Amino acid sequence: MSGIDYESKIPNNVNLTDDRRLQRALEHWQPRYLQWWQEMGPDGIQEKDVYLRTAISADKDGWAHFDYVKMPDYRWGIFLSERDPERKVNFGDHMGQPAWQEVPGEYRNTLRRIIVTQGDTEPASVEQQRQLWKTAPSLYDMRNVCQVNVEEGRHLWAMVYLLHSYFGAEGRDEAEELLARRSGDADKPRILDAFNQPCNDWLSFYCFTMFADRDGKFQLHSLSESGFDPLSRTAKFMLTEEAHHMFVGDTGLERVLRRSAQLTLADPSGDARAQGGIDLNTVQKFINFWFSYCLDLFGSEISSNAADFFAAGLKGRFMEEKNYTEHTALGQEKLVTLWKDGKFVDESVALRNAMNEVLRDDYIDDCVNAVRRWSKAVKDEGVDFEVTLPSRRFHRHQGIYSGAQFDPQGNPISEAEFAAKAADWLPTEDDKAYLRSIMQGVYEPGKVANWIAPPRRGINGQEFTYEYVKL
Amino acid sequence: MAHDSAHLDSPPVSFDTSPDRYHHWKLAVDGAVATLTLQVDRDSPLRPGYELKMNSYDLGVDIELADAIRRLRFENPQVRAVVVTGGVPKMFCAGANIKMLAGSAHAFKVNFCKFTNETRCEIEDATDHSNQRFIAALNGTAAGGGYELAESCAEIYLIDDGFSAVSLPEVPLLGVLPGTGGLTRLVDKRKVRRDVADLFCTKAEGFRLRDALKMKLVDGGWPKSKWDQAIADRAQKIVADGGGNQGEQGIALPSLKHTQTREGEVETLKGTYVSLQIFHDKRWCELTILGPESAAPASAAELHAQGAAAWAFQAYRELDAALLDLRFNFPKIGLILLKTKGSVEAVLAHDAAITQLRADGFWLAREIQLFQSRVLRRLDNMSRSMFALIEPGSCFAGTLLEIAWCADRAYMLDDPDGQNAIALGHVHAGTHAAHNGMTRLQIRLYGDPQGLTTVAAKTGAVDAQTAEKLGLITRAPDDIDWDDEVRLAIEERVSFSPDALTGMEQNLRFAGPENCDTKLFGRLTAWQNWIFQRPNAVGERGALPMYGHPQAPVFDWNRT
Repeated sequence: MSGIDYESKIPNNVNLTDDRRLQRALEHWQPRYLQWWQEMGPDGIQEKDVYLRTAISADKDGWAHFDYVKMPDYRWGIFLSERDPERKVNFGDHMGQPAWQEVPGEYRNTLRRIIVTQGDTEPASVEQQRQLWKTAPSLYDMRNVCQVNVEEGRHLWAMVYLLHSYFGAEGRDEAEELLARRSGDADKPRILDAFNQPCNDWLSFYCFTMFADRDGKFQLHSLSESGFDPLSRTAKFMLTEEAHHMFVGDTGLERVLRRSAQLTLADPSGDARAQGGIDLNTVQKFINFWFSYCLDLFGSEISSNAADFFAAGLKGRFMEEKNYTEHTALGQEKLVTLWKDGKFVDESVALRNAMNEVLRDDYIDDCVNAVRRWSKAVKDEGVDFEVTLPSRRFHRHQGIYSGAQFDPQGNPISEAEFAAKAADWLPTEDDKAYLRSIMQGVYEPGKVANWIAPPRRGINGQEFTYEYVKL
Repeated sequence: MAHDSAHLDSPPVSFDTSPDRYHHWKLAVDGAVATLTLQVDRDSPLRPGYELKMNSYDLGVDIELADAIRRLRFENPQVRAVVVTGGVPKMFCAGANIKMLAGSAHAFKVNFCKFTNETRCEIEDATDHSNQRFIAALNGTAAGGGYELAESCAEIYLIDDGFSAVSLPEVPLLGVLPGTGGLTRLVDKRKVRRDVADLFCTKAEGFRLRDALKMKLVDGGWPKSKWDQAIADRAQKIVADGGGNQGEQGIALPSLKHTQTREGEVETLKGTYVSLQIFHDKRWCELTILGPESAAPASAAELHAQGAAAWAFQAYRELDAALLDLRFNFPKIGLILLKTKGSVEAVLAHDAAITQLRADGFWLAREIQLFQSRVLRRLDNMSRSMFALIEPGSCFAGTLLEIAWCADRAYMLDDPDGQNAIALGHVHAGTHAAHNGMTRLQIRLYGDPQGLTTVAAKTGAVDAQTAEKLGLITRAPDDIDWDDEVRLAIEERVSFSPDALTGMEQNLRFAGPENCDTKLFGRLTAWQNWIFQRPNAVGERGALPMYGHPQAPVFDWNRT
């Protein structure tokens, strides 16, 4: 039935050669995916050789195979982590039952929604970032954005694999829809708001990979706890790749901050912009913007969906198995601070209903660690500047704080006060225009743009001077 | 507070509102196109205890909707197209608020659903009879009651944005039914094939435009960039097809006024034409309607000048308000004694004048009669026993005689000098159809076609003995028996099980074939009311109380 040589084209550990259902679905979907990639993937660099990592098997040696590849020839594969035949549902109302190898009928719709929502973010970020390579501060960074993009593409494949294999005709329809929506499109936007925000400068890209991909990490972790075993195993494997994306964001921001500190010191009036760099305040504003937008991705603080997902054993807490001893989350409560009628009110919420907030707490802790390192890096350069995360109440568009305004410390303020200070707290059009003006692509091996420090080391043991992209 | 509410600690429900007082709807009229925008104020629930999240509704939201629909017909008769749309991003309407339902007493839930059903029937009535075509412009997801509201519109359009969907998630998500016409209108009105409807009603997240269109759940849709223009174009097309704006001048609908007093167990609510005397300890009430005192309007101009003060309109408005008051604020009153006072000739004269003006094409006359019909149907739908008491000085004639025929029984005093009379008018021939499309006379004489022909040929006064013979009343006791017979009937009636009575009355009132409306109030509502009582829905671990809570519902798997 096939015109595709599956084994060589699509590396996998799901026995694709013998799976007629999956073959049929992919036969239809794969050409559309490639067409989407040509239309919406990195623009104008598709024919160039890029030094990319490809996963060719799920074992220790196979998941990180490096070579020059033209992106359309990238071998997007399908990998699940090893199956544990003894695995059980480890939390919620079905705790102790064998983990599901097929989708339980009663949870089919819910699971599909979880998978589609996760899957939709993957192509969305590729679309958001398709022009970025042109203004890359170095070939190293150019290669990184391409790497991030092809792996987001692979993550889309991973979600599509689940839709094709376990959700029948509806799953195939949803897989098509994943290619039909477009980031920022007025008519067919991506599902989540943060994935419709433009990402057309490198400071935004580093913030995105730092904060939005980190949301992805926590979502994938909670899905890796899932009682639906194929989802759990898929998510586990995706996490290995997601780690690199966060590395790009985390170190990218650190490099920008270090360089900003250096230029601040170099300038007689302490103005990094006068030296062609980015001032520390501007970096802080971008952090404020993206961190707050990404907090929205976790959903409402008090959520019946979150409770249902946990009860059903579909979505657990971060490190559910490892970090918790009690896995029903019943008879327990979490204090949530509401903003009601002009004052803060602490309300006890049933723990299961507060699962979004529990995950958000873990996420914030993770971000705090990164910010601490950045502050240290800035201080090590000799500038007294503390990078901070805004309060979780600041600049929210979803959840219990979305109706009111708060300053970055989380104090309630009026709309007028917010409007008056917004330019100090969030990126302005002028800031963005300035960034575009200084972000000219640097295409020579070993060279780096003035506004960012070079990385401490290269990719896969190569030097920074390595020709990561053959332009 | 002198009322007998299902919620003893909360104030009585008031149905009096106007657009300047709306919390949840915006009514904008631009020539022949009106737009009704639902933007629910989450912090203004009818009773405290729940937030109206996601454009979900409670009775307060629906009271405003009913008011808006009524005002469109009387205050803006030039309107031909009514666009019903949402005012919050991504969500047209999420249906009835679940926390509100879970926290409401059974009687309140039932009456809430009945009222919302009647309101949706009013939307269809406006489309069918008043040349006001409603279109649902779903610019976000329409779930549950949100989609049911759309179903009551003549046309449904859904935005094509990749996530907005139509859905009826009640069965899979809440363990209850889409009980505001949802199921019935799918198969009876929109004629969705039954197995397709089955798929639709069990998929909680519903269907987006492409599939919804295939399944006939919607009539069309557009992407966001074309949406506003397409809806505006469609509205203009409807206006053109409906004959355009004819420049009809509306009348104002001022608030109704009544006094309310209580002495001991007797509470009296007194309006201009309708008064309600509640005997709390006896659990019955007397509802008395005064006939017209002035001459019937002689011209369209005169009727228009009278406006909301015209007897034929005001008396029925007051009757409507009294019925809603009884339903929501006096749930223990099990028996309504229907009385009238005035001149039968005057009632017939007013009926004749309105009918003539309607025949001449005057919109207000048409609207008044349509309104009377709706109030009569609301009366048919009362879950209370109703006896009409026809005594000398009463005016059960024409439109008021219809009221006696809504009642479960009609007692007519056979007075010695034969003065007590009802009067047949021309309105019995089809002006005021019951929900099943039949006249009350046809329903009444369903088993006696010959008798029906005889009565249809008659007009004017009919005395007690003739009325009994013709089957127009139940009993005609003479003056010696009257007091005792009526008293015994009343005391017996209020001693029976109220549940059994409601069930019995609803089964006996509507002889003849079924249609979409009767199924909706009979089949759908009855099943919903049963489900609303069952532990699977409302038990400690039932689906409604468990919704939004951390644990899944626990069902009793026995099929009944």
